[in-house]
Amino acid sequence: MISFTLNGKPVQVDVPGRMPLLWVLRDVLGATGTKLGCGAGLCGACTVHVDGQATRSCLTDVDSVEGRSVTTIEGLGRGRLHVLQEAWLELDVAQCGYCQPGQLMSAAALLDAKPHPTDTEIDEALSGNLCRCGTYPRIRAAVRRAAGPAP
Amino acid sequence: MSLTRRQFLKVGAAVGGGLLVEIHAPRTARADAGKGGGTFTPNAFLRIAPDGITFVCPEVEMGQGIQTGLAMLVAEELEVGLEDMRVIASPADRAYDNPENLVQLTGGSASVKADFEPMRLAGATARDMLRSAASRRWGVPFAECVASNGAIVHAATGKRATYGELADEAARSGVPRRPRLRSEGFRIIGKPLRRVDARPRIDGSGVFGIDVRVPGMLVAAIVRCPVPGGTVKGFDAAPVKAMPGIVDVVRIPAGVAVLARDTWSARNGADALRVTWDEGPNAGLDSVSLLAAYREAAAGEGKGVRSDGDAAKALAGAARRVEASYHAPFLAHATLEPQNATALVTGSRCEVWAPTQAPGVAKEIARQLTGLGSDQIVIHTTLVGGGFGRRLAQDYVAEAIWCAKAAGTPVKVAWSREDDFRHDVYRPAALHVMRGGLAADGAPVAWEHRVVTQSIMKQFVPDVVAATLPFWVPTGVKRTAGNVASYFMGRSDDAAFEGADQVPYAVPNVSVRFIAQDQGVPVGFWRAVGHSHTAFAVESFVDELAHAAGKDPYLFRKGLLGGAPRNREVLDLVATKAGWGATLPPGRFRGIAQHASFDSFAAAVVEVEVEGKSIRVRRVVIALDCGLAVNPNLVAAQLEGSVVFGLGAALKQEITWKKGRVEQSNFNDFDLLRMDECPSIETHLVPGNGPPTGVGEPGVPPIAPALANAVFAATGQRLRSLPLRLPG
Repeated sequence: MISFTLNGKPVQVDVPGRMPLLWVLRDVLGATGTKLGCGAGLCGACTVHVDGQATRSCLTDVDSVEGRSVTTIEGLGRGRLHVLQEAWLELDVAQCGYCQPGQLMSAAALLDAKPHPTDTEIDEALSGNLCRCGTYPRIRAAVRRAAGPAP
Repeated sequence: MSLTRRQFLKVGAAVGGGLLVEIHAPRTARADAGKGGGTFTPNAFLRIAPDGITFVCPEVEMGQGIQTGLAMLVAEELEVGLEDMRVIASPADRAYDNPENLVQLTGGSASVKADFEPMRLAGATARDMLRSAASRRWGVPFAECVASNGAIVHAATGKRATYGELADEAARSGVPRRPRLRSEGFRIIGKPLRRVDARPRIDGSGVFGIDVRVPGMLVAAIVRCPVPGGTVKGFDAAPVKAMPGIVDVVRIPAGVAVLARDTWSARNGADALRVTWDEGPNAGLDSVSLLAAYREAAAGEGKGVRSDGDAAKALAGAARRVEASYHAPFLAHATLEPQNATALVTGSRCEVWAPTQAPGVAKEIARQLTGLGSDQIVIHTTLVGGGFGRRLAQDYVAEAIWCAKAAGTPVKVAWSREDDFRHDVYRPAALHVMRGGLAADGAPVAWEHRVVTQSIMKQFVPDVVAATLPFWVPTGVKRTAGNVASYFMGRSDDAAFEGADQVPYAVPNVSVRFIAQDQGVPVGFWRAVGHSHTAFAVESFVDELAHAAGKDPYLFRKGLLGGAPRNREVLDLVATKAGWGATLPPGRFRGIAQHASFDSFAAAVVEVEVEGKSIRVRRVVIALDCGLAVNPNLVAAQLEGSVVFGLGAALKQEITWKKGRVEQSNFNDFDLLRMDECPSIETHLVPGNGPPTGVGEPGVPPIAPALANAVFAATGQRLRSLPLRLPG
């Protein structure tokens, strides 16, 4: 049994320890908001937070999150919409939407670390997240909007 | 194709109460309407009931915003707000009941163009039936019953009734002969409204194909021959069957399927499975020899697809001749959601859940592979994690049905990213050999263009969709699917050379020839299809002619577009917005291109900086003339996406073959444009009130040539092969 916290709630799973967190979330716990894009840490679609850090769940063995706190897109806003999700809606960022949970999780980790990131910092933080529809300009604008002006 | 109202609308009482307007959207249903007296086959629905207004959208939503766009058309005439309608995808069994309604598919940038009139008429018909109901109920003239904000009001008496209150009565109203449609003064059309379906895409609740879970479902990872057309010789199932989570290992026509309790176990089993292959006739596929064969073939006659004057003679007599050849590689679609499908098959029922662009074709495949009747098959279109043409092919659907039949239980077929890159239907590679002649004053007098590429629509029009099916689908299925689909695609094999034959510049002697080459690579529709490579050749070459003539590339084009006013107008717009001719910051250079496709006109200016071998794109200004832009917000989104899609291909992407195998496997060797490479993008629309035309694809073609032209401006080096790489 491996125990961790998922979106604020304790969970226990009886799976092999080296099963990637991505598949534990999707196939065992039914939290399908976290997506498979590449299975190799190249596209960011599977990004979740582990103890607040943006983490590629496709490369994370589930036993490494034992006792830790995992947040997925389903829990990002803690029951409401996160300020980033609101900005995403206001600017109509998503096209197909498949990469957006990963984009949002990476952006949220950025804002946690740097509440008012520069454009370069936004680009650096999100360059690991691929979008085939090409929503990058709106993602940039939405992160800026959510962050608001620097004090 | 022009349809009358009677032929594409049917009205009556809805099951469960209210008014139901059934809509026969012409492009997505078999158009018996054109023949008159045929069976009515609706594929979209508008239901007005006391519990609200529901619109069932006939087109597949894959991020382009079509649910929003079509709902706006209905809402405009129904006199309701967009927010007053519930918009859902079209899984409606009923829409698929009729065996003639086979080919619901979304592609070709054609949805708004095709659905513009039927959707508005549906809204207007319902509106006038509600007005009739009010007129009868209150005993007042129809003309005095005004529809406004979801209610009918009668100003003189102050009476008011909501649509919900009138819906049952309206269902018994006569069908209005000629409901009035707005042609200007729109309330909703033309407004930059937000998507109606954005929320499930940002909170994790949206169900894409890969997210489907069916009780008792197994997950299959399929091991396919790495060489297209290869077949299984043998495999050793025993060690894999002994692995945890594995349920069975079965041979299916596409390869060997490892069936497991979960995705990870299936993947582990597939990785461990040893299969020997008969690699078949394509075992020697090799990009280097393939290009050599293209070069050799370029000397052949091929098929003339355009001939004005006498290009050979004019070329011989020209004061100056320019020759160049251009190459575009095979490309993968790389939808971010890998291919997948889930199927349930019993003796009397087949259900498929898939992120497909072509539920109608999926249904036909299900019919053929199961032997069931159309009324026993349901195709559920899920959210689609990117289309770009990949999901017109239905290989994953067929695989899921085979697996479900073999397993006797529902199965989800889950492709890995590596599967997705190695078993795509690729954008065909193309070689363009061009010769131009200039008169002494620099005016072009001759234009010769030979397009060497693989035809997606091999042989005949009916194979349009058949060509996007995997090789092992029986020919009968291919013919049937192809026949019905061809009706709607409305295209012949011109997808190989489209854009080359329609070169709009005023040159008196033009010869365009198409030389078909087929080396056995599975090919398919890729965003902008033939235009994606013909525009690179045409717009690079016209740039070369401009420089040879000593003219400014923008003014040279403009001077040759007298007979193509819409091309010229969009070119002028982009040049103005980009500040063409104004001084750029040091180290910054620009290039320009224009190209018409899907009945729309696009032009782009790309600004670059070059450091060593590195090409950095700093700014892209793109303009589009798509007639009336139904939703400028979503048109802009499509243009932004087209720029990113076009730049990714032009800078980074190619699929190459060696020993019959695709050499690329994941985003490490077929990368997409990334955020830190994304330039500032400015989009502009030519104001227009004409019929809406294509939006999803036309922005892609001008990007690669505008970029190559900018690199030439920066370096003096003419890069004629995609992806663009500065030599070393």
